[in-house]
Amino acid sequence: MSGVVDQARNAETFLADTVHEERLDKLLWAMRLRRDAAARQVPEWEELRTLASEIKEHTLSNLSQYLIQFEARATANGMIVHWARDAHEHNQIVYDILAEQGANSLVKSKSMLTEECELRPFLERRGVRVTETDLGERIQQLDDQPPGHIVGPAIHKTTQDVATLFSQKYGSDPRNLDAAYLAGVMRENTRPDILNAPAGMTGANFVVAETGAIVVATNEGNADLSAHTPPLHICSVGIEKIIPTTESLAVFIRLLTRSATGDKITQYTSMFRGPRKGAVMHVILVDNGRSSRLGMKRFWHSLKCIRCAACMNTCPVYRRSGGLSYGSTYMGPIGIIMMPTFEIRKYSELPFASTLNGSCTNVCPVKIDIHEQIYGWREVMEENGQIQVVKKEAMRVADEVLSHPTLYRIATTALSTALEVLPHFAVYNRLNSWAKHRDVPEAATETFHEWYRNNRLHTNEEVRRG
Amino acid sequence: MQVALMVPCYIDMFYPHVGIATLELLERLGVDVVYPTEQTCCGQPMANSGCYAEAQATEEHCARVFGSFDCVVTASGSCTHHIRNKFTAGADTPEKQNLVRNTYDLVEFLHDVLKIREFPWAIFEHKVALHTSCSAIRGLNMASMSERVHDPVFSKPKALLSGVPGIEFVEFERVDECCGFGGTFAVTEEAVSAKMGYDKLAFMQKASPECIVSSDMSCLMHLQGCARRQKQDIPFYHLAEILNGVSL
Repeated sequence: MSGVVDQARNAETFLADTVHEERLDKLLWAMRLRRDAAARQVPEWEELRTLASEIKEHTLSNLSQYLIQFEARATANGMIVHWARDAHEHNQIVYDILAEQGANSLVKSKSMLTEECELRPFLERRGVRVTETDLGERIQQLDDQPPGHIVGPAIHKTTQDVATLFSQKYGSDPRNLDAAYLAGVMRENTRPDILNAPAGMTGANFVVAETGAIVVATNEGNADLSAHTPPLHICSVGIEKIIPTTESLAVFIRLLTRSATGDKITQYTSMFRGPRKGAVMHVILVDNGRSSRLGMKRFWHSLKCIRCAACMNTCPVYRRSGGLSYGSTYMGPIGIIMMPTFEIRKYSELPFASTLNGSCTNVCPVKIDIHEQIYGWREVMEENGQIQVVKKEAMRVADEVLSHPTLYRIATTALSTALEVLPHFAVYNRLNSWAKHRDVPEAATETFHEWYRNNRLHTNEEVRRG
Repeated sequence: MQVALMVPCYIDMFYPHVGIATLELLERLGVDVVYPTEQTCCGQPMANSGCYAEAQATEEHCARVFGSFDCVVTASGSCTHHIRNKFTAGADTPEKQNLVRNTYDLVEFLHDVLKIREFPWAIFEHKVALHTSCSAIRGLNMASMSERVHDPVFSKPKALLSGVPGIEFVEFERVDECCGFGGTFAVTEEAVSAKMGYDKLAFMQKASPECIVSSDMSCLMHLQGCARRQKQDIPFYHLAEILNGVSL
C-alpha cells in the first residue's frame, strides 16, 4: 500500500485533535448556512445552476473552438499566449519567461493550478524566490504545508496557530490574537516583496473567449497587486476555465461567491484584457490531464468545477477529516473525483472517503453529480485492481453466501451468531473497527426468517418464486 | 393487493422485531403479504464498495426471487435506493426490470400507494427525534433537502408518524446531515464515521427527545452503537414499530 494516500488514517489523526476538528466543522458548517441564506435570496437560484451547468457543458463540448478564439483575442489584445501540455511544460514556460527577463523572484496570488503543477518547488530549485500574496496561502507557505482548502488555504488553523507561526517567522507577538494585528504583520512583511518584485503571477477564475479577458476574483486585492505592480504578469489558466462570453460570465459571478462564502460577490473581480502600458503579460493555457478527462464518458463533468468549495463546506467527512488528510491538491468531494485522473494508484482510496450522502451534488453551483461520480470511481478502482485483496475476498465470500439461500440461512441462524457473518460485509480490514468507537448490535435470539418459519409457515402456504 | 415483503439482511439478523412490525402493520392495513423464503440480500454491501463482480450473483438471485411480484415492499430506504437506482451488477433481465420498477420503501408504500395518514391504534405520547437517511432524502426524495432552499418543505416519514395520536417531534440542528453510517464507510473510515454519529446524537440530545426514530434501521444500528458506547440509554425505534403501535 506504499504510495497510496491513506485518507482514513490521516483523518483519524486529525480527529484526535478535537480543538482543530471542532473548529473546522463549525466554521465550514457556518459557511454552508451562509451559502443557503444567499441562495434563498435569489429566487432563480436553481435556474442559474442549470444555466451555469449548460454553459459549461456547451463550452467543454466545443473546447478547442473556444480556446482558439480566446488565443486570437488575447493575442490581439497584446498578451503572449502559451500552451502547456502538462505540469512540467507549464513550469518550464514560467521559468523561461522569468529567465529571459532576468527575474529571480516572483510574487504570486492564489492559484490551485500552480499548486497542481508544483510550480513553487520547481522555481525554488532553480533559484527563484516565490512569495505568496494571499494571506492564507502565505500562512501555508510559511508553515511549509500545502493548502487545506481551495478557497481558505489555512482555514484549518486557529488564530493561535497563525500568531505562533508569525512570531517564529516574523518575530511578532505570539500572544496578540487580534486579526487586524496579524494581517498587519503579514502586510508589512510581504508588501516590500510586492513593490520590488520583477514579476507577478496570478491564476484565473474564468477566461472569456469573445473578449480575451482573464477574470480573477479575490477578497484581499492581492491578485491585483501581484498583476499590476511588477512589469511582468504571468497568468496560468486551466483550459477548462474558459467561458464563451461576458454575458455568460455574469451567471458564474452570481453563483461563485454565494456558493463559496455566502457573500454576493468578492471584494475584487478584476478583468485583465491585456498588458498595461510598458508591461508584458503572458498567459499559459494548461492541459495537464484535462483533455484526457474530457474523454472520460462518466467523469468529464468534473471539468465544470468553478472551485467554489461549497462541496467541501457541506461535506460531513471533509469537515471532520481536514483538507490535508486527502494528501492532494484538490480535496473533499471534488478532490475525490478529480485526483484519480492525475494518479490512479496514489488516490485509489479517496473514493471510499464518502458516505455518498449526496449533499455535495445539491450545493454544486454547476450541478456536477459529485456523489454519483464518487460511486462510479469505486467501480473503476475495482476494475483497475486497486481494491485491496482482503476486501475483495471478503466481498467474494459475501456474494457466495448471499446468492445461495441455504448458505445464507446456515450463516445467519441465530446464535450461530450473526457476528461471524458481519465480517464478510464489513470488518474486512482494520480488524473489528466497528467496535472501536461503537457497540456492536446484539445478535437476535431468533432471526426474522426463523420467526416466520416458527410462527407463520404452519398457517400460510409457503411461497417460493423464481 | 398482494405484496412481497423484502426483509433486509441486517434486519433479518439483528432486528427481526422490525421485520415483524412491518409484516403486522401491512397485514393490519389489509395487505396480502407474502414472504419469499429464498430471499437473502440485494447486494448493496458489495456494489457500494465498488465490487460489482462480487455483487452480481446476489443481485441476480434477488431479481429471481422478487422479479415476478407486482409490488415489493422493504423497510429500508437504502435497499430501495440501491434496487431502484443502482441495480447494475447483474444481467438486465425482465425479472430485474420488474423488480426495479416495483420496489417501494415502506414509507413510500404507505404514503404514496396506500395513502394512509391515520394510525389510530398506535398511541405514542412521546417526544421523538426523527432521523431520515440520506438514501431516503436525496436518493428517493422522501423528504425535502436542506440544500434545495427554494423547494417546499415536506417529509413523508413525518407525515406518516404525525398520524399517530400523541406523538411530538423535537427540532434539532443539522437535521439532514449524514449520520455517518454510509455502509462499508462505517468500518473503512471508522473514526470519521463514529464522530459523525456522536455529533448527530449530540444535536438530537440537545433537543431532549424521549426516543430516536428512523425509517432506516442501518442508520439506527450505527447511532445506537454510538449511543451505547457513550452510555446513553435512549431508545431507538424503526418507524414501522411506532406505526404498528409499540409502547415506549
